[in-house]
Amino acid sequence: MAQSEVTAQHAIAHHPALAHHFENMEQQREASTLGMWVFLITEIMFFGGLFLAYSIYRSWYPQVFAEASHHLDILLGGINTVVLITSSLTMALAVYHSQVGNRGKLVLFLILTMLLGLTFLGIKVIEYSHKFHDGLIPGIHFHYEGPHPQQAQIFFWLYFAMTGLHALHMIIGVSILAFLIYFAWRGRYSPEYHSPVEISGLYWHFVDIVWIFLFPLLYLVGFHVKG
Amino acid sequence: MSTAVIPVEAKPRTTYLNAGQTLKSWLLTLDHKRIGILYLISVTFFFLVGGIYATLIRLELLTPQGDLVSAQTYNKLFTQHGITMVFFFLIPSIPAVFGNFLLPIMIGAKDVAFPRLNLLSWYVFMTGALFASYAMFAGGVDTGWTFYPPYSTNYANTYVIATGLGIFIAGFSSILTGLNFIVTIHTMRAPGMTWFRLPLFVWAQYATSLIQILGTPVLAITLLLVALERTVGIGIFDPRLGGDPVLFQHLFWFYSHPAVYIMVLPSMGVVSEIIATFSRKPIFGYKFVAFSSLAIAIVGFLVWGHHLFTSSQSVYAGMLFSLLSYAVAIPSAIKVFNWTATLYRGSISYDAPMLYALGFIGLFLIGGLTGLFLAALGLDVHVHDTYFVVAHFHYIMVGGALLAYLGAMHYWWPKMTGRLYPEGWARFAALVVFVGFNLTFFPQFILGYLGMPRRYYTYAPEFQLLHVLSTAGASILAVGFILPAIYLLWSLKKGPIAPADPWLATGLEWRTSSPPPPENFERTPIVTWNAYEFRPQEEAEVIGGGKPDASSLTGE
Repeated sequence: MAQSEVTAQHAIAHHPALAHHFENMEQQREASTLGMWVFLITEIMFFGGLFLAYSIYRSWYPQVFAEASHHLDILLGGINTVVLITSSLTMALAVYHSQVGNRGKLVLFLILTMLLGLTFLGIKVIEYSHKFHDGLIPGIHFHYEGPHPQQAQIFFWLYFAMTGLHALHMIIGVSILAFLIYFAWRGRYSPEYHSPVEISGLYWHFVDIVWIFLFPLLYLVGFHVKG
Repeated sequence: MSTAVIPVEAKPRTTYLNAGQTLKSWLLTLDHKRIGILYLISVTFFFLVGGIYATLIRLELLTPQGDLVSAQTYNKLFTQHGITMVFFFLIPSIPAVFGNFLLPIMIGAKDVAFPRLNLLSWYVFMTGALFASYAMFAGGVDTGWTFYPPYSTNYANTYVIATGLGIFIAGFSSILTGLNFIVTIHTMRAPGMTWFRLPLFVWAQYATSLIQILGTPVLAITLLLVALERTVGIGIFDPRLGGDPVLFQHLFWFYSHPAVYIMVLPSMGVVSEIIATFSRKPIFGYKFVAFSSLAIAIVGFLVWGHHLFTSSQSVYAGMLFSLLSYAVAIPSAIKVFNWTATLYRGSISYDAPMLYALGFIGLFLIGGLTGLFLAALGLDVHVHDTYFVVAHFHYIMVGGALLAYLGAMHYWWPKMTGRLYPEGWARFAALVVFVGFNLTFFPQFILGYLGMPRRYYTYAPEFQLLHVLSTAGASILAVGFILPAIYLLWSLKKGPIAPADPWLATGLEWRTSSPPPPENFERTPIVTWNAYEFRPQEEAEVIGGGKPDASSLTGE
């Protein structure tokens, strides 16, 4: 780039990761952290449309939603909740070790986080295939035994839309982790420069928190209603 | 303390324009100024496309019978006109073009916070535009730009999904721009550039960005739901399957009403800049104008229900939305009053940008006040879905947003290109636009009040006179758009070389050379003055890349 000529003149021992348009590492870190927070706000609004649809149809058809939720596997959903919360812990530990510059532990905890994320996705695949065998895929292939099958179909497609969108975010998160592991292994992150790990952590926790809302709304909504 | 920079004769000054001459250096640029230019070319192209649709609409409406196009084609024409103008011209126009070019310079930064995301946003925009264009060439879409179900989900056999996908994708470019600007304004301000020293254009961009990041994701998920409903029939908007089409209207307008403020807030920022410069006075009530932008952005999110007065919404919700819609008038009026107070006893010069800004104030006033008519529950039932609504929002979007876009184009043209445009022609064109615009859209208020519904290709013969007036106005308006296209392009080669500060204005963008160097300033500016603090010209220090010369423009 042509800009590099200009900066090169007064480049006094800049950190190699410092982009040309920032004054210092602190400014760069602030910008990337704020950028991630703003991005997460857009994510909240993105999921928000589905949460709104859920709220409306659940308040219209509370009984049907409660009954339909019995078709979800609380055990598998519960295991997945534990898996995700644990992955948030390992992610937080990874961020800590990137801050103190402990490369070995950083790589270890990133790998653990990724494995937990993959476990979550694996269990999700099992759940989805059960739904497929039970004929609970809305639209083309839907056979629901209980009352008001059309309203139950709304529940199931909300289930698939919300958990599907969440799973998509998990897949993106796991891919980000793969990159982080590679660069952490290469020793790119240091106490001076670790914002990629930090902001990926923010993203990971966000995806985790979405699940914390999805689990009770979808799986536990019928728990107190006899099915 | 002025440091005269003497250009070395043999070596041409490096500007963002001659820093690389290959196509690749433009298509892979990370320079916010070049990305602004890429957007300028793209959105101007889409303005032309949308304008062609508008021309065909106005031609069809010249006579009461449907003699030029069929009903189906007419439906496609107004749909494509709306989609192209809203999503591919108005929403990206001022933020992506002038925001990108100016915002970092105005706050004394070298670039936006995320230059790569900035370039990505342009590619995302073009990808969205590609899908929408594919749909357009394959046969178009006829649902109206609002995509209301059940028509869009169950009945329309046109290219709803491809168009929706195009808008969905282009939306992410809008989100990326908003995200970039918010972070840039927060973290990239030059030393001394405090929040209350920011030019009001920056405040307006900040408010706009808030809407972009909060509203656009909701539109994205809504369009996704329409696509799912259309393909697999999930039933969310289908009452036969237990769903509710009104839910779509709520979700759609939750974005699309604030989107009106995405279009008009940056324009208000432009007008604040121009009014201060050409009155040679600090803007009256700076903080009120700054905070009114935020107030419009926030209250603008609470008024979407005024689009649903006739859509089975509860009367109490309607009353609340009506009241809140009236509340938006307060910050809007603050702006108009403060601009007027700035003009009072200013030493006003009527250069072309100022003519556009003054036109904006008048037309925005009419557009805003007729908006209050529509926010009134009783009156809205009478004029709902008539030409009154069409006239109202064109006064905001064309009379407001587009006039400000043209004003900005003229005001910052010397900065962007390093050339001055011909002032006489520009003033003439501004007058043509103003006359043409009013002749096009004022008769539509009367048409609507008399009961002419929107989106019809035939009409009762007694409406013909007003429609003929409107079409005549549209042709004058077209001349007003073609004129700047000609003389601005002419000025690229033949226009006089622009000095750093042709308007004797105050912003940091006038403290760097025209066109600016790739890194905007030779050193980081230190700001010790407030926005719009007019000082004797000799005190204003140029911290750009030296004096203007012809070689700096071409790089030869």
